[in-house]
Amino acid sequence: MVRSGWFSRKPTGNKSSTDIPAGIVTKCQRCNEILFVRDFERNSKVCTKCGFHHKLSAYERIEITVDEGSFQPLNEDIISRDPLNFIEYPAKLEKARTNTKLSEAIVTGTAFIDNKPVVIGVSDFGYMGGSMGSVVGERISRAMEYGLAHRLPVILFTASGGARMQEGLLSLMQMAKTSSSAGKLREAGILFVCVLTDPTTGGVYASYACLGDVILAEPGAIVGFAGRRVGNQDTGVNLPDDFQTSEFQAEHGMVDRILPRKEMRTALALLLKLFDGGRHNDR
Amino acid sequence: MIGDVFDFEKPITEVENLIQELKSPQRREEALHEGIDLSAKIAELEEELHRVMVRVYKNLSPWEKTQLARHKDRPYSLDYIRLIFDDFFELNGDRLAANDEAIVGGPAILENRPVMVIGQQKGRDIKERQRRNFGSAHAEGFRKALRLARLAERFHMPLITLVDTAGAAADLHAEEFGVSEAIAHNLREFSLLKTPIIVTIIGEGGSGGALGLAIGDHVSMLEHSIYSVISPEGCAAILWHDKSRASDAAKSLCLTASNAHSLGVIDDILPEPLGGAHRDPVTMAETIKTSLLTSLNKLDSFPSVDILIETRYQRLRRMGEYVEQTPSEEESNDG
Ligand SMILES: [Zn+2]
Repeated sequence: MVRSGWFSRKPTGNKSSTDIPAGIVTKCQRCNEILFVRDFERNSKVCTKCGFHHKLSAYERIEITVDEGSFQPLNEDIISRDPLNFIEYPAKLEKARTNTKLSEAIVTGTAFIDNKPVVIGVSDFGYMGGSMGSVVGERISRAMEYGLAHRLPVILFTASGGARMQEGLLSLMQMAKTSSSAGKLREAGILFVCVLTDPTTGGVYASYACLGDVILAEPGAIVGFAGRRVGNQDTGVNLPDDFQTSEFQAEHGMVDRILPRKEMRTALALLLKLFDGGRHNDR
Repeated sequence: MIGDVFDFEKPITEVENLIQELKSPQRREEALHEGIDLSAKIAELEEELHRVMVRVYKNLSPWEKTQLARHKDRPYSLDYIRLIFDDFFELNGDRLAANDEAIVGGPAILENRPVMVIGQQKGRDIKERQRRNFGSAHAEGFRKALRLARLAERFHMPLITLVDTAGAAADLHAEEFGVSEAIAHNLREFSLLKTPIIVTIIGEGGSGGALGLAIGDHVSMLEHSIYSVISPEGCAAILWHDKSRASDAAKSLCLTASNAHSLGVIDDILPEPLGGAHRDPVTMAETIKTSLLTSLNKLDSFPSVDILIETRYQRLRRMGEYVEQTPSEEESNDG
């Protein structure tokens, strides 16, 4: 459910990851329909004509998902270094910070959804493609450990091209780190929900994103292991049109439900109710 | 070695060819006629060969190491399994859909002790390579590995994995059967497995496909093996839209064993015989075996399996480098 007024907040700090030209109208990235920015924003950036779900920034997502004013960030002060001295990495970080006003590619914290407490994490594709380096991995593991310590369910929205190349092997290890933290949640009987949004690929999809007790996805999101281009190269096989989309993954048993953006909050609230607040206290 | 000699091997093959020639019956006969003693010359060249090899192999660039890690003659998992273990009994199938031959495994004896060994297996010839998908496993391979890991857990057998893959399969079939889920599942379940796990990266440690077998209590890399989040070619394509700059990318990615060690990702580096593991697989296998026994000894001394698992978790938990600013420092410290 979209609560009215989420757009009325000042855009400072919630700058969109999609390029919306300043002005009255914008264009749907899929069907090219000219849309009034006001209608587009009110519809949470879902095209009013074709239903295409455009990317949201982390704070836009948080705003349409949690109870108003309930979000409290965690671990904002963990900042990236340049451990490999990688070409142009510091400049890329700087640019990402400036463009998104975020300190890294994921925002984590606590919030309430329909008055139920949760730990929530939301990736921001606008920050270096939402890629997972040391900081993203650390924030996810700490969010999970916070859920563990306070017996709170953990909800993660993914939007990431995968592991961050610029931190090399350390990024690869974040797959292991986040997955092992997910294992701790599982052992403790705490609900872990993943919501896959456009795009969720590579090392993020092949780690924590695939480990939710419940996995939801937005329609039409790119979801897959390698990029479509990569998948296309090695065999002459004709790939289905929906290859590496959330629909393809759902068809192959990897996703529980594909839900339109405007239904996601209600669905999460219902899951929290059905799973008794998402924490099994008898364990 | 004829056919594909890497650039860095050229000075070595030059001297090798010279020695070969001096040892030929024709040259010997000639020398005999002319009353020249060739054995002194040969000995001299052999010393020279040693010197050249030491120089070349101690100074390999990251890209040269990548080439060596992918060398077609490099020993593969089954070679080491044969040389290190006794009575290996291969088990097949994931009990869900198929048997993926890119991953092999089964129980075996390591110095009188039953263990479970799982390895990624490339192929020697074209036919075997196709059958094993060049060592790139699909979901079925990772699920077979997990099945064997569970079996090891139930029978209190230590798990030993040998990592050697360019990466997991990334084709339509892989996507249909959920290769991402299979890798993710292994990452989580191996981190919780109630038996010691020892990982050795013997050749290529390619991204998520390698990691799917690389969660353990002790992780070693062979001296000339590599471990990377993306292939140098893939990295070069992204950075410069030019796959031919793989050599530059290899350097940037810090994918060598010594890089991995200084980043805190692996525990130790196993020295290779001069010229690489393929020049002396028996010695290499001995080194790996000794290392496995040492690690096993260390892991046996854990007071409980819970402590073992918690230590394994903390090992992963430490990985990564970042700056943690306290709020008061935030103004002054720019990271
Ligand atoms: Zn549209």
